[in-house]
Amino acid sequence: MSENKTDYILRVEDIHKTYGDAEVLKGVSFNVRKGDTIVFIGPSGTGKSTLLRCINQLTVPDSGRVWLHDEEVTNSGKKINRFRQKIGMVFQNFYLFDHLTAIKNVEIALIKVKGMSPEAAREKALYELRQVGMEDFADHYPAELSGGQAQRVSIARALAMEPDVILFDEPTSALDPELTREVLEVMRKLALEGMTMLVVTHEMGFARSVATEIVFMESGVIQEIGTPAEVFGDGGGFERIRSFMGKIGDLSGD
Amino acid sequence: MDETAQFIDFCINILFPALADGLMITVLLVLITAPFGIAFGVLLAVGRVYGKSYGNWICRLFVGFVKGCPLMLLLFILYFGLPTVPYVGVTFDAFTASIIGFICCNSAYNSEYVRGAIISVKEGQLIAASALGMTKRQAIMYIVLPQALRRAIPGLSNEFIYLIKYSSLAYMITLVELTGAGKIVFTKYFEPGVFFVVGIVYLALVTVTTVGANALEKKYAVPGTQKR
Ligand SMILES: Nc1ncnc2c1ncn2[C@@H]1O[C@H](COP(=O)(O)OP(=O)(O)OP(=O)(O)O)[C@@H](O)[C@H]1O
Ligand SMILES: [Mg+2]
Repeated sequence: MSENKTDYILRVEDIHKTYGDAEVLKGVSFNVRKGDTIVFIGPSGTGKSTLLRCINQLTVPDSGRVWLHDEEVTNSGKKINRFRQKIGMVFQNFYLFDHLTAIKNVEIALIKVKGMSPEAAREKALYELRQVGMEDFADHYPAELSGGQAQRVSIARALAMEPDVILFDEPTSALDPELTREVLEVMRKLALEGMTMLVVTHEMGFARSVATEIVFMESGVIQEIGTPAEVFGDGGGFERIRSFMGKIGDLSGD
Repeated sequence: MDETAQFIDFCINILFPALADGLMITVLLVLITAPFGIAFGVLLAVGRVYGKSYGNWICRLFVGFVKGCPLMLLLFILYFGLPTVPYVGVTFDAFTASIIGFICCNSAYNSEYVRGAIISVKEGQLIAASALGMTKRQAIMYIVLPQALRRAIPGLSNEFIYLIKYSSLAYMITLVELTGAGKIVFTKYFEPGVFFVVGIVYLALVTVTTVGANALEKKYAVPGTQKR
C-alpha cells in the first residue's frame, strides 16, 4: 500500500513538551486518515491531554509539527484560528458557555467566527442539536442540563463548525454510567458516519467496537499501537496495553 | 401659624425650588459620569487582566493614581491646578472638571469590580472559545465579559451609589449641586431642617438605584444558576 503523505488528514510529528523540568511529551508522532477513530489510553499524567491540546495549539509544543491536510498547524501565527475551526474539541468538563442557552452555545461561533447570518446559524444549530438528540433542550441553559446532556450539546457545538477532525478529551469521565452511555452512543454514530476522531477515553467497550486504532501512551511516548482486533485478540504483543486494561477493568468492575 | 406649617411653607416656597436646581445638577453629574465610568471601568479591567506591557501598565498606573488621590484633591487639581500649568494649562468650568474627576474615580473603582468578575469566570470558558477559533478579543467580548458583567452588577451599583453621594464634592469647586443648594439656603435662613430634607432626597436617589440594580441583576440572571 502506498503511503503517500496526502493519504493523511492529520499528521503529528515528533511533538515534545516540557513543563518546568517534567518532560511530558517526549517525541510523539502518528498519522490519521479520514474517517479514522483513534483511541488513546494510558495512565494518568502521561500527557494524553497535553498531546490533544498540542494538536490545536491550545498548548504550544516545544518542538515538533502538526499538519492538517498539507498545511502546517504549528507555527501558523494568527492563522491558527482558522485551523481551530477545522479541529473541533470536546472537553471532559464540557465547558459550555454558562450564560448562553444550548442553541446559542452552538450558534455563537457560527455567527462570530464563521460570519453566518443569525437565521442560518440558528437553523444549523438546530440541525446539530437534533443530531445529538438535544433539540428539545435548545432553550435550556447549561446549569439546567445533566452532564450527559451538556456533553451532547458540546459535541453539537463542535460539529456545527464542520470540522475535519474532532478531539475528545475524556468526554465521559465526568459522567455517571447511564449518562456515559448516551454520550458514547452519539460518538459511535459520528464514527459510523465517517467523522475523524481522536478520543482519549478509558471506555474499553467503545475502543473495542469503534476504534480504528488503539494507542497506548505512557511516560510521554506512544508505547504500543494496534487495531482492536490485534489488541483484544489472542495474538502476541500488546502486553502493556493488556496489563493496563486489566488494571482499569478491575477498577471499573467488569 | 404653628412651626410645622411654617416649615412646610418654607419648604414649598423657598427650599424646594432651590433644591430642584441643585438636584438637577446632581442628577446630570451622575447620569453623565456613570456610562463613561462603566465603559472606562470595563476597559481598564480588561487592560489589567489581559493587557500586555504598555496597556497593562497604563491601566495599573491610572487606577493606582486615582485610588491614591483624595477625590477632593483631584477636583482641586482639575479646577484650580491645571490652568496654572505652563504651556499645557487648560481651564475647565466647574461642571466639566467635576465630570472628569468623577469619571476618573468611578472608572477606577468600577475596574476593580469588573476585574474581580473577569478573574472569577472559569478558565474553561476561554479555552472552549479559543478551541472554536475565536480570537482572544472575540472570546473576551462574547464569552468572558457577558458573564463577568453580570457578576459585576452588585459592585457597579454600589459604586453608582457612592457616586451619587460623592458628587456633593463638586460644591468644593463652586458647583452648586444638591448639597451645595441646601447649604446656601441654610446659610441664608439658618433653618437646620434643610439638611434633613436634603438627606431624604439622597436617600430617595439611592433607593431608586438599589431597586433598579436589583431589577437589572434579576433580569440578567442566568437561569439555573442559584445565587446566594
Ligand atoms: N499547564 C501545565 N503546567 C504545568 N504542568 C502541566 C500543565 N498541564 C499538564 N501538566 C503536567 O503534565 C503532565 C501530563 O498531563 P496531562 O494532563 O497531559 O496528562 P493526561 O495523560 O491527560 O492525564 P489524565 O489521564 O489524568 O488526564 C502531568 O504531570 C501534569 O501535571
Ligand atoms: Mg487528561
